[in-house]
This record gives sequence, C-alpha cells and structure tokens, in this order.
Amino acid sequence: MKDVTLKINGNSITVPSGTSIYMAAEKAGISIPSLCRHEDLEPKGACGMCIVQIQGQPGFKRSCVTPVEEGMEVFTTTAAIRDIRRGILELVLATHPADCLQCIKHGKCELQTLAERFEIRALRYDRYTRDLPVDASSFGIVRDMNKCIGCGRCVQVCNEVQTVASIFFHGRGSNTIVSPAYGSSMGQSVCVNCGQCVVYCPVGALYEREAIEEVWKAIDDPQKIVVAQIAPSVRVAIGEEFGLAPGELTIGKLYSALRALGIDVVFDTNFSADLTIMEEATEFLQRLKGAGPFPLITSCSPGWIKFGETFFPDLLENVSSCKSPQQMMGALIKTYYVESRGIDRESIVSLSIMPCTAKKYEASRPEMNSSGSRDVDYVLTTREIARMIRQVGIDFANLPEGDPDPLLSRYTGAATIFGASGGVMEAALRTAYEMATGKTLEKVDFTEVRGMAGVKEAEIDVGGTPIKVAVTNGLGNARKLLERVEADKKAGHSSYHFIEIMACAGGCVGGGGQPIPNTLARRASRIEGLYREDRGLPFRKSHLNPEIKGLYAEYLGTPGSERAHALLHTHYTKREQYMVVPT
Amino acid sequence: MSQLKFITRYASIENPLDIEAYLAQGGFSGLREALTMSPKEVISAVKQSGLRGRGGAGFPTGVKWESVRGDTERYVVCNADEGEPGTFKDRYILEHTPYLVLEGMAIAAYAIGAQLGYIYVRGEYPHIVTALSNSIALSEKLGYLGTRILGSDFSFHVEVRKGGGSYVVGDETALLNSLMGNRGYPLLKPPFPTEKGLWGKPTVVNNVETLAYVPYIFMHGATTFASIGHPESPGLKLYSLSGHVAKPGVYEFPMGTTVGELLQAAGGTRGPLKAVQIGGTAGPIYDTSALGYALDFASMRKVGGALGSGALVFMNTSVSMVQVLDVTMRFFAEESCGQCFPCRYGTRQLAFMAHKIASGQGKLEYLDFMRDIARVMVGASLCPFGQSIALPLETILGGFGDEIVSFIKQQEFLKEVAV
Repeated sequence: MKDVTLKINGNSITVPSGTSIYMAAEKAGISIPSLCRHEDLEPKGACGMCIVQIQGQPGFKRSCVTPVEEGMEVFTTTAAIRDIRRGILELVLATHPADCLQCIKHGKCELQTLAERFEIRALRYDRYTRDLPVDASSFGIVRDMNKCIGCGRCVQVCNEVQTVASIFFHGRGSNTIVSPAYGSSMGQSVCVNCGQCVVYCPVGALYEREAIEEVWKAIDDPQKIVVAQIAPSVRVAIGEEFGLAPGELTIGKLYSALRALGIDVVFDTNFSADLTIMEEATEFLQRLKGAGPFPLITSCSPGWIKFGETFFPDLLENVSSCKSPQQMMGALIKTYYVESRGIDRESIVSLSIMPCTAKKYEASRPEMNSSGSRDVDYVLTTREIARMIRQVGIDFANLPEGDPDPLLSRYTGAATIFGASGGVMEAALRTAYEMATGKTLEKVDFTEVRGMAGVKEAEIDVGGTPIKVAVTNGLGNARKLLERVEADKKAGHSSYHFIEIMACAGGCVGGGGQPIPNTLARRASRIEGLYREDRGLPFRKSHLNPEIKGLYAEYLGTPGSERAHALLHTHYTKREQYMVVPT
Repeated sequence: MSQLKFITRYASIENPLDIEAYLAQGGFSGLREALTMSPKEVISAVKQSGLRGRGGAGFPTGVKWESVRGDTERYVVCNADEGEPGTFKDRYILEHTPYLVLEGMAIAAYAIGAQLGYIYVRGEYPHIVTALSNSIALSEKLGYLGTRILGSDFSFHVEVRKGGGSYVVGDETALLNSLMGNRGYPLLKPPFPTEKGLWGKPTVVNNVETLAYVPYIFMHGATTFASIGHPESPGLKLYSLSGHVAKPGVYEFPMGTTVGELLQAAGGTRGPLKAVQIGGTAGPIYDTSALGYALDFASMRKVGGALGSGALVFMNTSVSMVQVLDVTMRFFAEESCGQCFPCRYGTRQLAFMAHKIASGQGKLEYLDFMRDIARVMVGASLCPFGQSIALPLETILGGFGDEIVSFIKQQEFLKEVAV
C-alpha cells in the first residue's frame, strides 16, 4: 500500500493510504474526541465530535470516516471545531440523566470523560429525559435506554459482529431507541446474553444484571457456607480493574481477595475445566469408535449454546452433552463436596466468578439443577467481584499469593487455556491423543488453533486417524462455519470431526463480564497470559490432574459413567427466534 | 404547438391510464427516438439539454448518468418519495400522466444499461401504487417496457415499491437503504449510488419530474429544451403553489419565472401577503421582497436560498411567525432520522424552544441558543437534512425577528401583570 504524507496542525506525518484522518491524528499523538467510534468497530460517523477542518474544503469533515489524501492540511482544534464539539456535548448532556454518582459506569463513562475534558460546567438547555422503564427482564443484561446516547456500537456488535440481531434502532429522531424487535424485552428476545453490547457501550445504558447484594447477604449469613469457583480467564483480566497490565496472572491474589471478602471455601473452575476434558475427550473417542455424528461441537460457551438452540436447532445432536465447567463444578459442590465433608447441602451457597454475562443465564437454566436445586446460585462477573473488592477496600495489587481449598481446585495447563479461543480444543486433543493411543504426546502445543483469527483449522493425527478440527470465536464467524456444517450435513458428509465455538471474539478473555475496556488488543494480551501460565505448570494434560484422578476413583468411577452422566452432562432445546406472545 | 407546456399538456389527457390517448399525443416517441441513438448519444443529448435534477439538489442529469460505472448489473430508481411539505408536483405527474415517467425511466435505463427499475412511491400515496402497476402492465403489453422493447435488444422491467412514511428517505442514499429493506438512514457520500447503489450495484436515482422531462429532449430536441428558461438551469419546471393563494395548484413555467409572475398566474394572494417560503420546509422564509425573485437554481442561490422542489407556500398577514417557527421546528424534530447526534438532539431542543415560545413560556435567550444549535447542526450533521434547518430558522429569526422578540416580551409582560 502506498504511503501518504499530510499535515496535521502544521506537522507532517506519513501514513499508509486508506488511513482515516482520525487514525493519522492518533499516530501524530492527537486524540480526537469521539462518542461513537471504537477501535474494534467500523466507524459510522454518528456523533460528529471528531470533525476536523481541511484546508481548501468547505465546512467540517468527520475524521473517523474521511481518508487521508496526499498533501492534505488538516486542523483538529480550531475555535470553530471546539465550538461545535462543545455544542454537541451540551446537546447530549441535556438529554442524559444527571445521576452519575449512582451510575454503574461512574468514572468509566466515555461521555463523562469528554464532558470533563471539554469542561462543560453548566447546561444552558432545558434538560429532558424520556422516563423509559429499565429493562431487567434478561438474566444477564440490563438495558436502561434513558442513558443511551445512540452511538450504535451495541447495534453494530450485535448485528454485524455477533449476527444475533437481538437489538436494533427503532423510532425516529430524538425518539430513536435501541430495542429488541417490536419493543419486546431483552428476556423475550433472541439475545444470547453474550454481553458484547455491554462491553462496547460507552455509557451506562447496558450493563450486567448484578448479584452483588445477594452475595453479600449470603456471606453475612452465619448459617451459610459460601463456596466460590473462579473461571480460567478471570485470572488474567481482573488485575486491570486494579491498575495491573492485561494478561498479568493474579490467581493467587484473587484467592486471597475472596477469603478477605469472607467467602468460606475457594475452588477453581480450572479444576472442572480439566474434568470437562475428561468427559468430552471420552465422548469424542466414543463417537470416533462409533458412527459420530460429526462434527462434535464444544458446549462450554453458554452464549453459543443459546445461539445454536435458536439458529441451528438441527445441529443440536452435534453439540457435546458435557456441561460447561461452571455447571460441572456447581453440581459437584452440592454433591461430592458436601457428601465428602458431611455438610448439609441446604447450607451451601454456590457462587461462580465468571468473565461472562451468559453464565448468569446458564446457571438459571432448569437443566442445571442436578443436585436438586440450582447447582450455581449466583454468578458474578469479573467486574462485579472487582467492585466487591473495592467496596471492602482491599489493596488487590499488593495482596499476598493465597491458595485455594483442596478437593476441587488443582488444575493443569490444559484447563487454564480454556479462557482463550482454541484452548478447549487444544486441551481436548492433548488428552484424547493419549486416551486413544496410550502413548505420551510429546508435542503438547497445538499452535495452529491459537490466536484471535475468526476461524482456525488443523488436522491432527490421533493414533493413525487424521482428525480435522476447526476453532471459531465470535458468533458471526461461528455462523459462517455452522452454515457450512449444515450444508455438509444435508449433503451427507462432514468436513470436520471436532469444532470449538466461543461466543465472544478471542474466547472467554473477551467475555461480556470482563473489565472495560475490553478491546481486541487487550483480549490478545490476556490470551498471552494464559499460555504463559500453561507453559509454567507442572501438569499440562487434564488426565494427569491428581484431584481429577481422585474424583473418578472415589466418586464418579470412569469418564462417561452413569453418575458422570447424571451430574456432568445435559441436553439442549430448540428455541423459537421470536417468542409467541400468548393472546 | 407550444413547447412551453409539456407535462401539464399530457396531464390534461382525460383518463391518465389511457395509453392510446398518450400515444396519440406523441407518447413514447421520445423513447422510440432514443432507441435509434447509441446510449452514449442519449447521455450526450441529456447533457446538452442542460436538464438538472428536479428533486431539489439540481444536479445535472446527464452528468449523473455519465458517471455510472462498474458492474454491468445496473438500476434506475425513480424517487417518488415526495415528502417535502408544500410540494405535490410528483403526485400530480403520477396521478395524471404516469406514462411520461415510465418513458423517461426507459430512456434512462437504455442510456446507463440498466435492466431493472424501481419506482419508490411515498407511503402516503397508495392510490398511485395501484395506478402505476396498471400503467406498467399496459406499457409492457404494448412493448414499451419489458423484454425487447419496441423490437430492439433492449429490455427493461419496472417494479413499484411503497415507502414507510419517512421524510429523510427522500434522500437518494436513504431511499436505496429503504428499498433494500434496511432502516432509512442516509449514507455518507462517496461512494455515490452511480458507483455503489442498490445491492451495491451502479444505480441512477432520479426524481419523478426529472424523468418526466426526459422524453421532451428526444421529442423536441436538446437545444429546444436548453433554449427555455435560465441558461444555467434551462427547461420547464413544475411549481407547487399553496397557502394563501387564490388558485393553489401545480403550474408549469420556464425556469427563471419570478414569484410575482407565478402568483399572478394563480390569481394573486388571499389577503395581504406577508411571507413566502420557497423550496420546501428546509427553504428560507422571505418577506414580500421575494416577489421579484427568479425561480431557478442559480438565481435562488444568489439570494441565499434554493429552488429546492419548487414549492411556494404563501402566507398572508394573519399568519403568526411564532407559529411558523413552532411548526417548522417540530417538523424537523419529527422527521430527523436519529442517526447522528447533532440532528437528533439539535432538532429536539429547537422544537422544545420554539414550542415554549409559541406557548408563552419563551425567553429571549432562546433566540441565541437556537442560533448556536443551528451552527452545530450545520457544521456537524451527517446529511443535508440537519444542515438545512439553518435556512428557515435564520430567515425567521432574521426577517421576522422583531415579531418573535415582541411576542416573547409581550408574554413576559402579561405574566408580570398577572402576578
């Protein structure tokens, strides 16, 4: 690509042709303000804050959608530009509720940041708000359209990136509202609770449905034993909430923090990730011995599960019957753990700490009551547990490294990479190979399935059988792959043996409950952190986990046993895209 | 035969669907003539005629056709989403002489190499949808549309689509979005529809009236058309006259006819004239000095306005400018598409303030606020809709500012007295 040289505020800069003025300015060290642009999304030019002036051209141009040209002279902060930017901010603020102190995004709100940057100290215009009801109908996501500034990022990520198309613009002018079809609620909609809308929302219009107060209540109740589990990807992300770098491993600090909060027992979802591999590798080898059906598709990502149930109901027989690690752990806490310790099941409050808003939904599914009641009582996102830690005033970054409780907490490197796209596949292959061949796998790293690419493919030799695998992340990418699987199925064959699907770009590290900003760049750093931990762990194959061996020896018998099936496996339900409203 | 009446002449055919009557008056002879020429020659004739888009922007039609490039799958779209308040010329054409539009579309399609055309009809004109479908069927039956038109190798089909009632969809990019089943949002240009339009294919979008004048060029010659009216915007034009005028209606005159001449043709005003809005709701509102203005693209630009759709709304002295301000701002607030921030929020605040003024709650500072908001909208609105609010606003606050100010002061005084 050719390079283009232009002047920005009098300084020369050279950038590749096709670069936007916005990006060129960023390279020149100038941060042009914007309320709608996001580095991961295609700019649409909605807010008008990023206008610039170009020598010899009339009026103002949106820098986010205007490409650079050779010899262009751009000015980013003339008096006229400042006047218009302030004017837009004034207009937005006049419609925005002034309840920053109560807002979940206080201190992290992009509108608040710009208002501060432009020193909007008084509002001249009459304030008006729309008094719309807050939509808390969904298990995962709350929608407060009073706060929406209409930037359209959520619409973009839901429709273009995820292709779920649960929400879109409705209405006109200042009555424009982002909503599910025909004004229905999120709970009624096709929403899969992935929460990508939440992490791309610049303000407090979309956020996770919090469970913090309920968890405090359980902690404060002396009759209750609060048992927590921590998902793989949380350990490389939560540090960001406390000023640490993305990808920094903080699991030891997190164990300590949970104890400081008063949580009684600390387990690790990484343990049940290893368990998932035992069950899923067994299921895969059974299908390989039998007649399939292929491909087998992973089932850890609850956003993907609802997506599949809704849009690809004919492929449900391909989805692994294994519960997700969260739900396997939940079932074991209220059975194996309470039985082995002689504790009353009713006294247990099972809490999970997840990178994910869809996990809240998953825990509420009626299939997830193997212990007799909800196997996981409360799900907290990474952001929520960070809020609780801040509430108590714990200096997270300087906490000593703690330890989890034994029985359901030891893990291998195969488990920790569950948090990255490709991790489940890699972990499954490490174990399936050894299960199938009885030989030791020397080359543990399956780098072909790692990374942020939308679809990754590989062919792996398992004891003489070439196994074709595909790994996809982000539901839009998954949709394309699944359309191919569907076409294959109609044609009576299969291009793949095994597919891993994660609803969010990058996998769980980019989940809807992760620290914001949750950009693709940060997700990539978190992924590095997980592989770093994998490399340093004494065991890197799930079946070598001593506690896993103990669990099978003492309680479950063998992988795929009757008891394993009762506690660790599930089934799926075909869902309508639009709820039929009873008349 | 006078060549200074064209559309209105065809519109006088008693039964507009009577294709034989249309043929008897020379209908489809323009298409027949165009088909004897090469597409390039057709485009050059249109360029030579000086025909400019009659939808409002006045872009040279031949230049638009010539700029079509890329894919060989191409479309002609007739913009019949006539939403400009005070404008009813397209409706008049489609109700009275639909074949003229179909003939113009066929010539356009031949010129640019399109195989399929759409007429996007305003949702509020349902009767036109039916009539158009019938006239398309009759034209196809007689070989003026459809496969191998008039025995040539050229085939062109036309379909009718109904709009959903949005003003902004009158913008060609928004219209194409709507036609594709998307939300009616305008798009940033470039790319222009002539390169990337309907379904991403090269598309010419022309207004109803523009297409209706295309046959003229091939019946009477490009130079004849070019010799009428103003040299920079030649030809005939339909003007929609409404408001306090004796005989409201559609009038066909050469470009450059003055407001006074039109008013005379329409029998003068009802009551003493106070103001006239030219070019639609987004046009300026003038006092009686506008009577001498020549109505063509170039002359109107010189007086800080725009010919727009050729709408003239006359107001007599019974009209309160405070009410006009209120109604105009409310129109913009209701019709903003909501895509960009300056327009979405700006129109709302302007409507609030205008309504407060009209309901006696106004403050003098609102007038400054309104000007500030208009400046933001002109500078940073995504499409011409938001930018265009400044014209009516500035002309009301400028030319009729005293009236607004004294109304606000009077209301404040009345409130003080009441206490």
